[in-house]
Amino acid sequence: MTDLTPSNVQAYTPAEIMVVVAARALAGVRTVFVGVGLPNLACNVARSTVAPELELLYESGVYGAQPARQPLSIGDPTLVTGATSVISMADLFGLYLQGGLVEVALLGGAQIDRFGNLNTTVIGSYTEPKVRLPGSGGACEIAINAQHVYIIMHLKQRAFVEQLDFLTSPGHLQGGTTAQQVGIPGKGPQLVITDKALFDFANAEQEMQLVSLYPGVTREAIAAEMGWQVRAAETLSETQAPTTDELAIMRRLSAGSTSQRAGEA
Amino acid sequence: MTKVWGRSKLCVQKEVEMVDKRRSLKEAIAEYVRDDLSVAIEGFTAFICFAAGHEIIRQRRRNLTLIRMTPDVIYDQMVAAGVARTLVFSYLGNPGVGPLHCLRRAIEKGIPVPLAIEEYSHYGMVGRYLAGASHLPFFPLRSYLGSEMPQVNEQIKMVPSPYGEDIVAVVPPLHPDVAIIHAQRADQHGNTHVWGLLGVQKEVAFAARKVIVVVEEIVDESVIRADPNRTLIPGLIVDAVVHVPYGAHPSYVQGYYDRDNAFYLMWDALSRDPARVGAWLDEWVYGLSDHAAYVRKLGAETMERLKPGSAPAAHVEYGAYP
Repeated sequence: MTDLTPSNVQAYTPAEIMVVVAARALAGVRTVFVGVGLPNLACNVARSTVAPELELLYESGVYGAQPARQPLSIGDPTLVTGATSVISMADLFGLYLQGGLVEVALLGGAQIDRFGNLNTTVIGSYTEPKVRLPGSGGACEIAINAQHVYIIMHLKQRAFVEQLDFLTSPGHLQGGTTAQQVGIPGKGPQLVITDKALFDFANAEQEMQLVSLYPGVTREAIAAEMGWQVRAAETLSETQAPTTDELAIMRRLSAGSTSQRAGEA
Repeated sequence: MTKVWGRSKLCVQKEVEMVDKRRSLKEAIAEYVRDDLSVAIEGFTAFICFAAGHEIIRQRRRNLTLIRMTPDVIYDQMVAAGVARTLVFSYLGNPGVGPLHCLRRAIEKGIPVPLAIEEYSHYGMVGRYLAGASHLPFFPLRSYLGSEMPQVNEQIKMVPSPYGEDIVAVVPPLHPDVAIIHAQRADQHGNTHVWGLLGVQKEVAFAARKVIVVVEEIVDESVIRADPNRTLIPGLIVDAVVHVPYGAHPSYVQGYYDRDNAFYLMWDALSRDPARVGAWLDEWVYGLSDHAAYVRKLGAETMERLKPGSAPAAHVEYGAYP
């Protein structure tokens, strides 16, 4: 098991603690819908630590991927070789996702609001965009059908906004039971994992609240990066710093992609 | 639109099935991809037929409706070359790299020509192909609830279930005029083996009015018949079979070559500047006669770099039942 004693602490980057916190949140989870980059790394760290049974499901139609290298995209051939199953996207979205088999989905976005609604479509207006973003991909149906959604995003004022420019993927909509009322079967966003702090939605309004600060981060630093006055949970904790073990596992797993990119670029 | 069915020629297909459908890529594109048609070059990160995209650019097609879940670098290049007026899609990114700069310029600034967009989520696009392929008036899915996407695309509608209280989203059928599918191998009739990411290759092929299959290898019919579970696309729905080795570069073909990620990173840098995109198209598309010339220009060392190691499947026994 992972040694979480404070003496076991060493220097780490904000992105690294983000990955470690996301990995810890996957403890005991069996199926996770995952994208590339930090979420992918978090899942692979989780599989080597708190969630050995974790099966990775990729939007490209791979179930039970065991990538030999860090995938460079969600369609990387390393995801196919050695996977449990390769499935058509019709089956992926119809049978696996809509069928309710995804326990946790990891999502991100360019903008998020206090109820965990996400924008990945556009900055500015839809018809006259200031910045045209990628769009939904599978995020809209993933946000709706996954049992739980964990959001992974860097905490920045331009991302944590009072009002989204466009609502691509629903979170808790206007809060409370509004998401259930429109027929969303999943429980929606449960956690927002950032590079500075951890948030959840564990209140009647289903509104984002600060639950845990990373070591050395102040509440003022959090407030400065958010477009609304964020509430705090009744008991605020401090996140345990990444352990030597966690850092070693993460760095070993991420080494493949780093050296490959450097080698090819 | 006079054709009610996506594939009105089905009734006559049987008698021509044994015809040799092999064509050069130049011939297949000239015959089936005409100005003003809708074209789907599918393949989710894998099996993206860049060779066909380049040939369409080379033949200077105009006013195409380009359909693809993830437009990828191939549609970035095609839009930059001015072949398209409309894009139907669900994710507009350079996978694992960042934005698609040419497409963004076209959508944000109308450069080189304005590009209309019709946008879905992934499952919405899958559903459109499924409805098209199975001759249904719509496909129901649990998506778009609470999203603003239906507000910007009136084709996405929310309807009550006829059997209960549920509200579901529906999307209409999609029948691309031409689907272009890349795969490992096919026989001369178009019976096509695929392994690796399946994406929506089968669904788009069955939904389209014409199907061009482009393969790494043409094999004897006996190779296909020895492993029928691997036949994703039957020759019944295929109009042309084209042999183009490395035709998916810089995308990849499982077991044949890896994705050329260096190219995707290079494109991200290069495509920020329209002048450099123009120069690239001159050098790598207009300046070359076909994909074989492109592969020669890439050089043997590129293909050596992209060659994967070996990971064969276990032997499969079908049994003989005389």
